[in-house]
Amino acid sequence: MWQWFHKLGSPRWFYQISGKFLPWLALASVVLIVTGAVWGLAFAPEDARQGNSFRIIYIHVPASFLALAGYYVMAAAGAVGMIWKIKLADMVMVAAAPLGAALTFIALFTGAVWGKPTWGTYWIWDARITSMLVLLFLYIGIIALSHSFSTRESSARACAILALVGTVNIPIIYKSVDWWHTLHQPATIKLSGAPSMHPDMFKPLLVMILGFYCFYVLVLLLNTRTEVLLREGRTNWVKDLAQPK
Amino acid sequence: MTTLKGAFFGLILRDLSVALRHRGDLLNPLFFFLIVATLVPLGISPESARLAAMAPGMIWISALLATLLALDDLFQADFADGSLVQLVLSPQPLWLLVLAKIIAHWLVTGFPVVLFSPLLGLMLSLPKEGFLPLLLGLVLGTSVFSLLGAVGAALTVALHKGSALLSLLVMPLYVPVLIFGTSAVQRAIDGMSYGGVMALLAAASGFTLLVAPFAAAGALKVGING
Repeated sequence: MWQWFHKLGSPRWFYQISGKFLPWLALASVVLIVTGAVWGLAFAPEDARQGNSFRIIYIHVPASFLALAGYYVMAAAGAVGMIWKIKLADMVMVAAAPLGAALTFIALFTGAVWGKPTWGTYWIWDARITSMLVLLFLYIGIIALSHSFSTRESSARACAILALVGTVNIPIIYKSVDWWHTLHQPATIKLSGAPSMHPDMFKPLLVMILGFYCFYVLVLLLNTRTEVLLREGRTNWVKDLAQPK
Repeated sequence: MTTLKGAFFGLILRDLSVALRHRGDLLNPLFFFLIVATLVPLGISPESARLAAMAPGMIWISALLATLLALDDLFQADFADGSLVQLVLSPQPLWLLVLAKIIAHWLVTGFPVVLFSPLLGLMLSLPKEGFLPLLLGLVLGTSVFSLLGAVGAALTVALHKGSALLSLLVMPLYVPVLIFGTSAVQRAIDGMSYGGVMALLAAASGFTLLVAPFAAAGALKVGING
C-alpha cells in the first residue's frame, strides 16, 4: 500500500498513467456535455414563469458546483503537499487555482446574464452572489501569490498556507454573508421560487453536472501535466520525452 | 539561554521601543484614518442624517484600511536588517515569537485606531448609542485584522511590491469581521441588543488568536525564502 502511495507521488509515474486516462476522460466529457447541452437547450420543457431564459441553468449550476469544490480540491492538495512533502500534490494545487477562478467567473457571469431577464438587473447583492464574488477574490489572491515567488517550490508552499487559511474562513464567510443578507435585504427578489425542479428539466442538468466534473478532471490533469514538465525539465525522462524519436 | 517568558516579553518590549523611536511611522495610519473620514462628507454629503446612516460602515472600513496600511511594517524592517531570520533560527518556538510581534504591532497600530474611532464617530455624526459597540467591536475586530494580516505579511515579506499583494490576500478574509462589526453598531443604533453579534466577534477573535500565530509562523518560514 505504501509503495502505491509512494509511486503516486512520483511525477514521472503520474505523467505516464495520466496520459492513459486523458482520451477516455476527453471522450466522456465531450459526450456528456454535448448530450446534456442539446437535451437541456432543445428538448427540456420551457419554464412556466421564466420561459427559455432559465436554460442558462445548465451552465450556471455545474460551474458554481465546481467553483466551490475546486477550492477544496486546491486546499486539500496543498495540505497533502505540505504534510507529506509530496511534490505532485503541490503541482495539483498550482494547477487547480486558475481553473477554479475561471469556473467562479463563469458562474458569476452566467448568473449576471440570467439575472437580467429574471430580476431585471445584472447585479444584486444577494448572499450567494456576494459569497461567490468573495470566493473569486480568494482565488485571485492565490494566483497572484503563486506568480510572485522566485522558485516554484516556495510558491507552492506559500499558496498552500494561504489556501488552508482560506478554507477555514470559507464557511465563516458564507455564514456571515448569509446572515448579512437576511439582515439588510428583506426578500424583495426571490431566487427561483420553485425549489424542486421538474424531472424533465433535472435530468439534463444531472448529465451536464457529470460532464462538467469529467471536464474539470480532464483540464486539471492537463494543467498538472504541464506543471510537471515545467518543474521536472532537468530530469532525464523529460529530456527523453522532448527528443524526437 | 533566555527563558520562554523572557523571550516573549523581551520581544514585545523591543518592538515597542523600536516603534516609539520611529514616532512618525506610528502616526501615519492614524492620519490616514482621519483623512478618509474627512473625505467621506466631501465626497458624499455633509448632511448629518445621511452621514449618520453611513457612519458605522465608513468608520469600520477606514479602520480596516488603516490597519491594512500598517501591516507592511510588521515584518518588513526586521527582514531588511536580518533580525527576522535570527528569530526564525532561534531555539524558541516561532509561533510564540510571532505572537509577541503581533501583540506589539497591534498595540502601536490597531489600538490607537480604536482610541481614535470616537472622534470619527463625532465627525460623521454617529448616533450616541453606537459609540460603545463601535469601541468594543473595533478592539476585537482590529485584533483579528492584525492576527490574520500577519499571515499575509509573513507570506509577502520578501517580495517586491508585496504591499499591494498583501491587501489582495487578506481583504477577502476580513469580510466576516466587517459584517459583524458594522451590524453590532447598527443594531445598537436601531435599539436592538447587540450582545449576540459581539459574542460572534469575540469568538472570531479568540479563534484567530488560537490559529493565526501557527499559520503565520509557517508562512514566515516560507516567506523569508521569497
